[in-house]
Amino acid sequence: MFCKCSSSPRLCLGSAMATSDVKLLGAWASPYVMRPRIALNIKSVSYEFLEETFESKSQLLLQSNPVHKKMPVLIHADKPICESLIIVQYIDEIWTNGPSILPSDPYDRAIARFWAAYIDDKWFPSIIGITRAQGEEAKAVATAVAIEQVSAGLVVLEEAFEKCSKGKGYFGGEQIGYVDIVLGSFLGWTRMTEKMNGVKLIDEAKTPGLVGWAERFCANNAVKEVMPETEKLEEIAKMIQAKFRAPPPK
Amino acid sequence: MWFELRYVEMAEVVVLLDLSISPFGSRVRIALAEKGIKYEYREEEVKDKIILNKSSLLLQMNPIHKKIPVLIHNGKPICESLIIVQYIDEVWNDKSPLLPSDPYERAQAMFWADFVDKKIYDCGKKIWMNKGEEQEPGKQELIECLKLLEGELGDKPYFGGDNLGFVDVALLPLHCWFYAYETCGNFSIEVECPKLVAWAKRCMERESVLNSLPNQNLVYDYILQVRKRTGIE
Repeated sequence: MFCKCSSSPRLCLGSAMATSDVKLLGAWASPYVMRPRIALNIKSVSYEFLEETFESKSQLLLQSNPVHKKMPVLIHADKPICESLIIVQYIDEIWTNGPSILPSDPYDRAIARFWAAYIDDKWFPSIIGITRAQGEEAKAVATAVAIEQVSAGLVVLEEAFEKCSKGKGYFGGEQIGYVDIVLGSFLGWTRMTEKMNGVKLIDEAKTPGLVGWAERFCANNAVKEVMPETEKLEEIAKMIQAKFRAPPPK
Repeated sequence: MWFELRYVEMAEVVVLLDLSISPFGSRVRIALAEKGIKYEYREEEVKDKIILNKSSLLLQMNPIHKKIPVLIHNGKPICESLIIVQYIDEVWNDKSPLLPSDPYERAQAMFWADFVDKKIYDCGKKIWMNKGEEQEPGKQELIECLKLLEGELGDKPYFGGDNLGFVDVALLPLHCWFYAYETCGNFSIEVECPKLVAWAKRCMERESVLNSLPNQNLVYDYILQVRKRTGIE
């Protein structure tokens, strides 16, 4: 089952605070696109989801993000905002009636931003390392090294979860917050990597806190309909791997 | 004794763990100077001019990355230069705002600071970590990126408008590296991007900037040491 919004452009859920002229350019499989979708759901903001295809980039995307030419792009009242973390912060600042995504205390905000940067710059690239390793000659060794890196990162994140959650269900405390969105958006790809490699990355032994957190996150109302299915992500991953292995065009 | 304790609690204690040559540390120094914040500066030790001898305080305060800069505010550490600058802007919000108050303008400022982080330093590295023809892709990419930044600057005196802003703070320290890039790469950034060089000169007239940036010759010396050590020279 695809995400409800995977076909032609249509109005998405969350009409309680219907705001005119909110569009999101993205693709259902992208963890980065998932982030603003969760944020908009938390704020109960309705938006038009304009699905990009894997094969080519739409004119609107190229126009709205000429610098990086990447999704997601939020278009609010015809003004584009790019980069998933920046978009989430923007959503939090514009729609102040809904629950807050970032903490209000400046120090807690700095900590949340720190973990978001760690997840994006250090931890997620190590997951890609596992998928890439599959396509190489010495794949067993490369995969083992990559898995070790990911697991070590998860132990760090388990500690961060203990500190940030302070005994509650999410990094953000009682409710989903910034770090939950940043890490949670990678859960689909993490599970897919676990399945394709026959490993448990988030496991009861080393990261019990994160196991409970992951279940809670995926079941959350703001998340469940935008979290892609593992099987569908497997298909995408196989497509990407095939591209890596394909001989260069003559 | 109670009275003394109260006085200590009320005073803001700000410590910066840093390295004078670091462009990331420079960002924090500029922000602190713009806001007029008093702080204790602690320079990390360097062996053989380039290898950091990390202090136990640094390892304690930034156990994840073990890198400078680290701002320690009343005993609590904040890491990552742009996160620190944003923190400074939010806490000391009574003067010299670095980020705009409008959420859209703020998102734009963060976008361009992020662009500087993702592109400029790495392009520069492609120039000084290589030689000859291998430098060409880095040179081309650097000029392209700087031209995009020139476009964003437009006719404003600073990226922040009439005053220094977040993007100015993010980019300025990297300007000290331009001399090194130009000398290693044998090209002129000023010829390609005169507006940006003019902007940098304008910024250097401000004391907060002048006192926060390392001399470009020191940066060049550092790069030469690394090139020698890695066998490029």
